[in-house]
Amino acid sequence: MEQILLKGLDGDRTWRLADYEKRGGYAALRKIFDEKMTPEQVIDEVKKSALRGRGGAGFPTGLKWSFMPKNYTGAKYLVCNTDEGEPGTFKDRDIMRYNPHMLIEGMIIAAYAMGIPVGYNYIHGEIWEVYERAEEAIDEARAAGYLGNNILGSGFSFQLHNHHGYGAYICGEETALLESIEGKKGQPRFKPPFPASFGLYGKPTTINNTETFASVPWIILNGGEKYQALGKPNNGGTKIFSVSGHVNRPGNYEVSLGTPFAKLLEMAGGMRGGRKLKACIPGGSSMPVLTGEVMMELDMDYDSIAKAGSYLGSGAVIIMDETVCMVKALQRLAYFYYEESCGQCTPCREGTGWMHRMIDRIESGKGRNEDLDLLLNLSDNIQGRTICALGDAAAMPVRSFVKTFRDEFQYHIDHMKCMVPASS
Amino acid sequence: MLEIEIDGKPVSVPQGSTIMDAAGKVGVYVPHFCYHKKLSIAANCRMCLVEVEKAPKPLPACATPVAAGMKVKTHSQLAVQAQKAVMEFLLINHPLDCPICDQGGECQLQDLSVGYGGVESRFEEEKRVVSNKNLGSLISTDMTRCIHCTRCVRFGQEIAGIMELGMGGRGEHSEIMPFVSRTVDSELSGNMIDLCPVGALTSKPFRYSARNWELSRRRSVSPHCSLGTNISIQVRNNRVMRVLPVENEEINECWISDKDRFSYEALNSAERLTKPMIRQGGEWREVDWKVALEYVARGLKDIVSAKGAAAIGALATPHSTLEELHLLQKLMRGIGSENIDFRLRRSDFRVKSEGAPWLGMKISEVSQLDRLLVVGSHLRNDHPLLANRIRQAAKKGLEVSFINPSEDANRISAKHIAAASPDRIAQTLGGVLSALENTSDSKGVAADIAKSLASGKNVGILLGNLATNHPDASAIHVLASKIAARLGAKFGFTGEAANSVGGYLANALPGKSGLDAASMLKDPRHAYLLWNAEVELDCNDPQAALAAMEKAEMVVAFTSFSHKACEYADVMLPIAPFTETSGTFVNAEGRAQSFAGAVSPLQDTRPGWKVLRVLGNMMGVAGFDYEDSKQVLDEIDLSSSRLGNAPDGDCAAAEPVHGLQRVSHVPIYSADSLVRRAPSLQNAALAAAPAAAMNAKLLAKLGIEDGSPVLVRQGEGEVSIHARLDEGLSDDCVAIAAGHSMTSNLGPMFGQIIVERL
Repeated sequence: MEQILLKGLDGDRTWRLADYEKRGGYAALRKIFDEKMTPEQVIDEVKKSALRGRGGAGFPTGLKWSFMPKNYTGAKYLVCNTDEGEPGTFKDRDIMRYNPHMLIEGMIIAAYAMGIPVGYNYIHGEIWEVYERAEEAIDEARAAGYLGNNILGSGFSFQLHNHHGYGAYICGEETALLESIEGKKGQPRFKPPFPASFGLYGKPTTINNTETFASVPWIILNGGEKYQALGKPNNGGTKIFSVSGHVNRPGNYEVSLGTPFAKLLEMAGGMRGGRKLKACIPGGSSMPVLTGEVMMELDMDYDSIAKAGSYLGSGAVIIMDETVCMVKALQRLAYFYYEESCGQCTPCREGTGWMHRMIDRIESGKGRNEDLDLLLNLSDNIQGRTICALGDAAAMPVRSFVKTFRDEFQYHIDHMKCMVPASS
Repeated sequence: MLEIEIDGKPVSVPQGSTIMDAAGKVGVYVPHFCYHKKLSIAANCRMCLVEVEKAPKPLPACATPVAAGMKVKTHSQLAVQAQKAVMEFLLINHPLDCPICDQGGECQLQDLSVGYGGVESRFEEEKRVVSNKNLGSLISTDMTRCIHCTRCVRFGQEIAGIMELGMGGRGEHSEIMPFVSRTVDSELSGNMIDLCPVGALTSKPFRYSARNWELSRRRSVSPHCSLGTNISIQVRNNRVMRVLPVENEEINECWISDKDRFSYEALNSAERLTKPMIRQGGEWREVDWKVALEYVARGLKDIVSAKGAAAIGALATPHSTLEELHLLQKLMRGIGSENIDFRLRRSDFRVKSEGAPWLGMKISEVSQLDRLLVVGSHLRNDHPLLANRIRQAAKKGLEVSFINPSEDANRISAKHIAAASPDRIAQTLGGVLSALENTSDSKGVAADIAKSLASGKNVGILLGNLATNHPDASAIHVLASKIAARLGAKFGFTGEAANSVGGYLANALPGKSGLDAASMLKDPRHAYLLWNAEVELDCNDPQAALAAMEKAEMVVAFTSFSHKACEYADVMLPIAPFTETSGTFVNAEGRAQSFAGAVSPLQDTRPGWKVLRVLGNMMGVAGFDYEDSKQVLDEIDLSSSRLGNAPDGDCAAAEPVHGLQRVSHVPIYSADSLVRRAPSLQNAALAAAPAAAMNAKLLAKLGIEDGSPVLVRQGEGEVSIHARLDEGLSDDCVAIAAGHSMTSNLGPMFGQIIVERL
């Protein structure tokens, strides 16, 4: 199976510029300058690739790039979101750790396509060594003439800076991330206006995920159509899935979009101890959970998973076997969103704490019969009512866990203990 | 214009309007907490969620821009369900302590919970408790009640011009808090109490003293600065319990300053003079009004016959009512003296205005200016709400320049600041004028200011309190008016107090043969009538003032408070403060605003106009038979043609002073007899003890450290205070507050001064 992002990373010190160049690095950038590709041609190629945002929302990348006002003469910014905080997701960390130049090349190409002179890479605060490695990579790229003024003699200039956060999940929300870069408290902004018109420092800004940018050099070198063909229509290319939980070989697996889940599970060494797949969250902790039976029939692409009632999200595949107590699993997730709500708007600030305490109560055998309907009702009252999507992220797992595994929750309430022997 | 529909009602609104704006236009109320028309949009409370046709989810009315053809339903099932859900979330952690909450009865959360809250709570978990914060002497906190709307935070950032509160923490742990071990010290801080939609921020002085439904509301006018701020005096059992703003977009918008709000504490102070008093044989004796006034009348008559009427002088403060000022001058003229003045802090009377000096424009027109030069004004201290108006205009493109002894920009984003020592203010203005006259390229800040002013279409020039009280005020006046004439600019004076314009209209001024305030003290009189005046605090030169009082044969103090006059006066007569009399203030823009008494006079206190009526009759002066204060008012010509700022002559700028010079302003909570006696204001950070402020260079030159004690000598007197570093001051300036008992041993507000290390 064709790999793009993780290909050739089994060597020594793959994060160095020399290794990246040996693997064909910066050839896409050279191609653009050598063949005098216009920015429009670059965007066209990305549109043809059907590349969709890898951060979680899956928005078509080429379309997003075309929103950047072309004739705007003031400052504009390019921002990479490496604030990977979604539980279960650890793909961007590995891209940055082993293949940072691929991101840098992707950002330079994006900057060229949108005529942007300055970019920031916002790196999650809890992966400090990755930040340090990213700093080295930028230094290398600058010294080699790939970054800075008059890149490769093309006349195009682009300054890239790394910026590390301090570990707040909310700063992965793109407008909170912008606030954080500006030195303010990381709280999402009300939209509209969207970052494309009012972004960093109030200027037009394009924000993409690390994996998205890193996919761009291959698209330019090999053509958008070829990239698209790696996946399925409307679901172009390959995607890294971070497989975690009860599998034999947890880790990052880059596969073509549309690969059957069964195949991905097999690549990850199958279920640990040969146990049965009970449930799976296919796209990071904020996405609805699906049962093992449903999962085994699915292909891993945006549209297939959406059809089954969940989302591909960031590609974090959380595998749970039959020993998992779904109440306890949700208790942990609800605690996370309670802790990570920024506190700005009412439904999320108040609702996440309420849900967390109720689920805590149910888990510890103090549930009440009316709790389950109340949880579902609270999910409805949070989702779609907040400034940013954290409210949705907190509500969706609660709703899906309670709906999909209601009997387990009811058992907890009725018997004041867990129905799954191994975890009780 | 966009045509949309709100609850089936068609409305057309300009592009960029929000659903909230449109709803307001058709009179549809959308419930809200964080939204406030004067603050930026936060969209965080989510109470204003409404249904918009074709939108997949409810949208916040406050933040959603309207689009053509939009159909909004504010009370549909979806909208109300969303609003009720938000209300439930707001209430789960809000304490049910309305019965002991000061906000009870005037609480937005309480009111809206009637419509949107449930009868029973579905919340069975423990409620959150948040520790209270010390925000200073004015704002009390019950932070557990906070609903995180951030109105107070945005007020600080956007209106007060300084962020003193923020939301720290995250999620459910979010708390509104000040910076570590700091308090909220803005001169506008009390507005946060009004803005707080719940009982999290309440008035510390008012706390637990009354329920809002027990209070009668009486409209009145603030007696402090020259703005004429509209206030509501709230009364219970004939006692003023608190003061709140009355919205008047043309004057104070929806705000009042902290001194407007909290000075009422002085009305109930133990220092109130409640009985007429006469000094006999060195002892003060309470007497009834008849005895007291007969004593005064006889004394004055004796002096008139022995020394002539010119031996009597009258000094009034500009915080007195128009009626009082009119009757006082009528009495003086009736007995034959032209010695009356209310401009107690002025020292230079050479050049006069052709009419009553005023703002030169409407207050609301300040917001329309595109260029403004402010000369000699500590705006934020002297006119907190005018400063706010300028602050807001500056955000929308008004270029503000200052010529001041300090670089302090008054929390206004200023274009240029010329920091000039007091003796060089006129010189700097001259620099601006010559830069405007010369086409040649002149450089420096004066030229920059000239360039900014010349590029404007709607230019204003304002002279502040410092410019008015300056020893070279005439030269400053002449130069500023020349600059204004050259630019076709609006030109005016900010005016010091509630009746700074009114005093002129009442003609409480010396006639041709009369003496002005400074001359009356320099050339002491045999008798003085002091109207509200505490001479050592209200006059330009406290030394001269006290000396004159001590020398006088007879001093009659008409006052609401027992004060230092008991050391030099012969008679003290309790006249009513503004809450206990009817009266009129004419504000800086020339607007006369009359008010009725809010409570009846305390004990034997009497409205000033009535006291003067009786005294006028006793003195045998004609025309003192008034039935009410309205008849007094009717005698005064209030026509706007009497306003005028043009100088009546020319005047060259004085030579610069040599050596150290004093610069002073009157601190905000020292400016008048009420604020001086309001304990909560006196405990606020802005009432800090006066210091000798100097820049680092001067401190080093004098071998003085920041914070160390120094001896300050001026004229005959000296005081020992502490030195303070103020980097904004010019090299030869020592800033020492006036109007304060700690500095009343010193001489004039400006002039040479000696500072020594202690």
